[in-house]
Order: sequence, then C-alpha cells, then structure tokens
Amino acid sequence: MSSDNLYNPSQEFFVDMQRCIGCRACELACAECETNGQESMIHVNYVDRAHTIQTTVQVCMHCDDPVCAIVCPADAISKDEYGIVHSANTERCIGCSNCVQACPFGVPKKEESYDLMMKCNMCYDRTSIGKKPMCATVCPSGALYFGTREEITEMRPRSTPVNSFIFGEETVSTKVFIMMPKGSKELKVF
Amino acid sequence: MAKLPVEIEKIIEQYGPKLNYPPKEGYHGNDEPDKVVNTHCCFCGMQCGIQLLVKDNKVVGFDPWMKFPFNEGRLCPKGVQRYMQNNHEDRLLSSIERVEGEGFRDITWDKAMDKTVSGIKRIQSTYGNDSFAMLSGVSLTNEKSYLIGKFARVALKTKNLDYNGRLCMVSAGAGNKKAFGLDRGSNNYSDLEHAEVIIVAGANISETFPTLTHWIWKARDKGAKLIVIDPRVIPLARTADLHLDVKPGTDSALYGAMLNYLVQNDLLDHDFIDNYTSGFDQTIDSVKEYSLEWAEEVTGIKKEKIKEAAELWGRAKTSFLLHARGIEHHSKGVDNVLGCINLVLATGRIGRPYCGYATITGQGNGQGGREHGHKCDQLPGNRDIENPEHRKYISEVWGIDEKDMPGKGLTAYEIIEAIHKGEIKGLLSICFNPLVSLPNSNYVREALDKLEFYACIDFFLNETARHADIVFAGSLQEEEEGTTTSAEGRVIKINKAVDPPGEARTDTSIILELAKRLGVEDKFTYENSEAIFNELRIASKGGTADYYGITYQRIVDEMGVYWPCPEIGHPGTPRLWEDKKFKTPDGKAHFNPAPYRPPGEVTDEEYPVVLTTGRVVSQYLSGTQTRRIGKLVDQYPEPLVEIHPEMAEKFGIRQRELVKVKTRRGEGIFPANIVDTIRTDTVFIPYHWPGKKSVNLLTPGTLDPISKIPEFKVCACKLEPMGEIAGDSHFSKAYQSP
Repeated sequence: MSSDNLYNPSQEFFVDMQRCIGCRACELACAECETNGQESMIHVNYVDRAHTIQTTVQVCMHCDDPVCAIVCPADAISKDEYGIVHSANTERCIGCSNCVQACPFGVPKKEESYDLMMKCNMCYDRTSIGKKPMCATVCPSGALYFGTREEITEMRPRSTPVNSFIFGEETVSTKVFIMMPKGSKELKVF
Repeated sequence: MAKLPVEIEKIIEQYGPKLNYPPKEGYHGNDEPDKVVNTHCCFCGMQCGIQLLVKDNKVVGFDPWMKFPFNEGRLCPKGVQRYMQNNHEDRLLSSIERVEGEGFRDITWDKAMDKTVSGIKRIQSTYGNDSFAMLSGVSLTNEKSYLIGKFARVALKTKNLDYNGRLCMVSAGAGNKKAFGLDRGSNNYSDLEHAEVIIVAGANISETFPTLTHWIWKARDKGAKLIVIDPRVIPLARTADLHLDVKPGTDSALYGAMLNYLVQNDLLDHDFIDNYTSGFDQTIDSVKEYSLEWAEEVTGIKKEKIKEAAELWGRAKTSFLLHARGIEHHSKGVDNVLGCINLVLATGRIGRPYCGYATITGQGNGQGGREHGHKCDQLPGNRDIENPEHRKYISEVWGIDEKDMPGKGLTAYEIIEAIHKGEIKGLLSICFNPLVSLPNSNYVREALDKLEFYACIDFFLNETARHADIVFAGSLQEEEEGTTTSAEGRVIKINKAVDPPGEARTDTSIILELAKRLGVEDKFTYENSEAIFNELRIASKGGTADYYGITYQRIVDEMGVYWPCPEIGHPGTPRLWEDKKFKTPDGKAHFNPAPYRPPGEVTDEEYPVVLTTGRVVSQYLSGTQTRRIGKLVDQYPEPLVEIHPEMAEKFGIRQRELVKVKTRRGEGIFPANIVDTIRTDTVFIPYHWPGKKSVNLLTPGTLDPISKIPEFKVCACKLEPMGEIAGDSHFSKAYQSP
C-alpha cells in the first residue's frame, strides 16, 4: 500500500435489508464506475414478488477467510491488509467460475463478454482516498451504510450489526455487517 | 393546423424516444472534468443536491454532493442517471416546423419567431386575445415561472395561462389556503426526526421521493410509529407499524371517522382549538355520524386498524402528517386534504418542533412554480389575480395599466376542453406533455387536432409537441441558471453546467424574443437570470410567498433559504406558524367540514373493478426525459396491471397474461402482474407511457370543483384476459409506444 492511502479502517459497511426499497440506485451508481464496464457489482432482487414487495440487496461480504480466494486455481483473488477481498486480477483470472460456485453468498459473477470474474472491491478507488463506496453513498433509505460501528450503534439503537453467518456446520465471518434485531449474535442461513 | 403531419412511426424514427446508454468505459473526461458544478436534480420536489461533471461543454457524469444538507449525497436511480439526458441523439438542435406529409424540418430562429408571432396575432385579432392560451410547467425555475406569468399577461395579453401543477398539488394548495391562508409545507423535514407518530397518506415515498425515506427512518430509529395509508403495500408500507389499505376514493371517510374518534375520546388540544382555530364545531358536527363501523364499510379498512391509527395519532405528543397525490388526485382532493388538516388542528400539533404537516410536492419546482404567477388565478407572491390591491401592486411592478391586466382564466384541463369546443384556437406550451399526462387522452388528442396554431418550446419532441406547427429548441435544466423551491419551501440555486447545444437556446431567451416581437420589449429587458429573480423578489414582497429577503448570494452561502423571508436580514422560515398567527383573514387556522362523498365514477355491473394509477421509481412524470434514458427504461420497461390473486382467479387471468382494461373512455392492453400486495377490489397501472400504453386512455376528466385537479386515482373498469402470455417486457418498446 502506498503511504498516501487514506483508507480508514474504522469505517465499515452495514447492510439493513428491512430498509431496502428496491429502487436500484445502488446498482445504477455502481455500474457508473469506469472499472465496471457499466455492470453493477451489487444486486437487488425481489424475494418473492407475488407475495411481498420486499427486495434484498447483495454486496460482497468480504469474508475474513474468503472461499473465493481459496478455491481460485490462478491466485487471482486476494485479500488486502484492510480485509478487502479484491476482484479477480484480470491478468490472472482464467474465467473458471470456481469462485462463482464456491461463494456462500452468491456474489461473484462471471462476465461472459470479458471471460472474467467480476465482483465488488468496496470501491477501492473511492475508499482509498477517504470517500464512501458509491452504493452506500447514494442509497436513499439507509439500507446501505458506510461508517463506524459507533455511529451506526448510536443511530440505530434498535438493531445490532452481525457479521457471523451460520451455513449448516460452517460459520463464516465477514468484514461487512448485516443489521439484525437488537441483541442478535449471528445469522443462521440454513 | 395541429394534426400530425405524417404517420407517427416516422416521427418516432426521427425524434424518438430512443434510448441513451453510457459507453462501457464511461464518457471521455469524467475522470478529469473541466469543472464540477454543484446543482440539483432536475426531477422531483426533493431537489437533491448533485454535482455534474463537465468536459468540453458536455455533462459527462455525476458525483454525489455530500455537503447539501437534505440528501448528503443520497440519490435515487433517476438522480443517478439524470445526466444521461445530455448528449442525447433525440435532442432538438434546431427549431423545427411542421410540413404536411413530410413531418418536421429545421427552420431558422427568425422564421420560427415570425411564424409564431403571426400565428398569435392572426388568432387574437380574429377571435380575441383569450382565444390564444398558454400551458406551462413546474420543472421550470422560479425565474422562468415568473417570466411566463408576466409574458402571458403582458405580451400575449391572454387570461388563459395555466400549468401542469394543476395535475400535481393544486388540491393541497387550495386546502392549505383555506386552512392556513398560505400554501407551503408547514415544516422542513428535520422536524420528522423526533416525531412520535408519522402518517403518510397517499404518498408512495420510496418510489416517488426515495431520498425522503432516510428522514422517515431517522424518526423510526428513535421509536416513531409509522402509519401508511395506501391501497397497495408500497415499499414503505411493508415495514410500517400500521398499513391502512384504503379503498381508492374513500379517504375523506377515513379522516372523518378518525376525527370523530378523537372527539368522542377527548383526544383533543382544547387550548389550541379554542385560541387559535375557527370552524371546529361545524366541522365535528359534519362527522358525528362517522362511526368506526361505518368507516370500515366505506373504506374497506378493518375498524380495529382505524381505531389504532386514531389512538396513536390522538395520544402522540409530537407528530408529522405527510400526504401527496394519492389523496389529492380526486374529485374531492381538496376535501381529502382538509380532512388531514382537521386531524392536525384537532391535536394542535403544528408550529412547534417535531410537530409537522406538509404535502410532498411532486415536481422539481412544484413549490416555487406554484407561487409566482403562471397559474390561471394567480399573480407573483401567491397573490390573487382577482384581488384589486394585488392587481394594482403587480401592475405597478410590471409597468402596465391595471385595466390591461387580464382576469382569471381557465385551468389546464378546462383549456383543453375549451380547445375541444372551439373556443380556444391557438396554444403555446412549455414544460408540459398533456397528451401523456392528462386524463382521457383520446379526448386530449381530438382537442389538439382542432388547434389552428400550436407552438411548443422543448428540448425533446414530446408526444404533444408532435402536433405543433413550430417547436422551438429550448434548454435543459442544466443549461440555464436559476432557482427552485424544494418541497420543504427551501429556495435553492440551479447552476448552469453547459450551454445549449447546436442551435438550441435557453427557454428564457426564447420567451424574451417572443415578447420583443409582440411589441413589449421594454417590459422584458433582463441582463440575466438574477435580474429576473430580483424583479420576482420585489413582485413577491408583501405577498404570502415573500422572497424579498432572498438573494442568489444568500442561497449559496446558506445552502438555501426558506420563504417567507421578507427582509434581507431575515433568517428565513424553516418552520411555519410558531407564532400561531395564521394568514387567514381572522388570523386563525380554519377547520373545514369535509364530509364524505363518493368518487366521480363508482363501480357497477358493467365496470366492476376499481382502477387506480400512480408511478414507478425509475420514471418521472410523462417520461419526456426518463423514457429516453436506457437504464431507467430497462428497470421497468412497460406498464403492468397489478391484480390481486383473488381477482385474477375471478376473471381467469394468469401471471403475465395480456389483459384488456376497459373504461367508458377507452381501453388498453397490459401484461398482468398478479400480486397480493394490492386490495382485492382494485387494480393499479402506472402512467408514464404514451400512446397505446398510456393508462390515461382510461382515466376520467372529472375535476375537483375547487382545485380543478383531475381524478386520476379512481375510476371504474373491466378486465378481459386476452388468452396470450406477454412477451419479454424488454422487447415491448413501450417507451415509444405510438
């Protein structure tokens, strides 16, 4: 890392699904980044539109022990000193989709037109100069928030940030937090 | 001659709508812009701060403007993509004229002006001055709104000027004037933060004002209870503490029953009612029969939920009531607004911190644009064109004889009706696309065909402008300096980012040149937009919407100034009524009886289903801009008819089956979206699309007797499944539907 890196490690990323209004401002703003080729690295989906208006928003969770990087045969995916799991190094990525299959959150997407895996790198171009990621900057409802743990705890006293996810026997801990009801310790996915 | 000159497909081929997508690598220069311009979004009444990136006199991208206090960088998808209206292949780069059998061809400014002025003069000398009308709109800045009000009265010398705010918040304006003597949201949105109870009535905030969602959640984080009143489970209703699924057209019954409950249970602020209001006894008398049981029968909302809402509202210490088009687009829109205001006044929660009430103005300058004179009954400063003192004051400011000031004219839809009847023969329009946005569009089209002369100012050839004889190539919001007034009453600065491209000119310069050629140049000499604003300040001085103390410099220095601001040293007024001195003749806030009456059209055996209309998050108004932006179109490519599964079963409709929706006025075919997030007796279709995909083929021209707003939100329809499943919406090309 260069010495002029202004990344602030005390700032973290929080996702609050109950606030998502499905507007897709995050997707459109993400796609504007020149490194994304007009593709969004964040994805908004209806849960079950026939029965509810609820949408979910899925961003890279930046796992502490990223399976995507572990299964990558080309060592194209790396985690930096701040815990950000970077998108595949374009020179190394062989487009094998191991990471796409392995990610428990379904985050990496293979862009067939480039034969490359692409995913969120927490707006490294912005966060490294002290700005917030674009999606969390524009989100009009606070479903996405970038700031310190103290800030969000004070702002949202009825919720608790959780970054421990139980998938069967596996526990995955992540850099990104999900806002859960007050007192929650973990999120059991299945 | 206002018929289409050539088949519609040929016009679409040449002038769009066509879709604009950014290049994959982004626009050249967005990483190293020549300048970054602090300004505001061109769309809704939130007027979010945004920075436009400019390279080589082109807007090449945006950046969030973190320092603007209302939105602090937050944006909705329309805001993110708003810059894509620039550099658009559909942009009118030259004025054009109608050529029978060919379509349109470029024309010089001189000829376009000559033909327009001679068209105006011929019609006015043959049929009288009022036979030439003007229609305007409130995406325009305060300066342009003011200028057009003056232009119509002083240069066109017609009384028939009205604006597209007539389809927006005129019911709220009329209700607020009756109750408070002034038309502005009473509070800024920071008063939401500590409100204990928030009522959102007929306002799909998360789709139409997405950035306001943040302020609602700020209150909820502190424990506020949220009550959403809407026939659909809109995104904000999904997590609300209470969702009242009101049957369209019955809102005033709900508010009446809630008021009666407050009275019966003495959940009233007697001190406030006794000292600061009038009309209370007469008003509660009008609702004394409105039991919870009766309200359940009329509104379809369970009485327990109505009681809970009244209890929450009645016992709160602080509160904020917000409403929008959902209660205002009715033949009793004003009554619905008054019903809400009665609930606010009964509990005395106004004019204090965290005690708020406001309509959420829809259009970009829906607030400022309705204050300074391009309404048919209004002069600047929200003055009354029929009030002798007001006429005298403005005549002096304008340098005209008061006798020459026209009187009150027709409202927007009445102007269309008068055209249809042959009473109005000529039209000049700007910032208004009535063929998409007005109800009963077959009727509107017939009217347009009858015009002898029609000129339009726009940056794209909107659907209505296809009927014009002359279209002047005007300017986008980012091509001219000015001010707007956000839904909070905050006057803010729109900064010019780029020059109009090609031969296009600023709207202001077009209006000034027309005024000159109509022989009144001496009344229309302004060095720049600031000079117009400075005249507006004087014209508004002493009116209820007093801007006198607001200057361009103050707006920049203070991140906006809230009117009324009567003196230079005045701090502005974020919260109204702290002194409890209302602007009514007796200085009191007025209760007004708003007894329930049915909507203009009710269901029957032939038309058994309630149809209501509204908006989606990715489109804005009649879509002149947003139906040309590729990613916004992709997000919701065509209007769907939302149907509850029970109703779908009753009519044998399958998911995505094409359904013919018929009313007494017209019919349209829409794919079904079967969802249980809507009432079982109601279907919903959003309205932003033209031609065969326009739900306004179906809506009625029934008007509120006071505000003259059309009843977009309720009519009776029937549903006929077509037996065919719709193709992929992305291939529907609804954005350009002929």
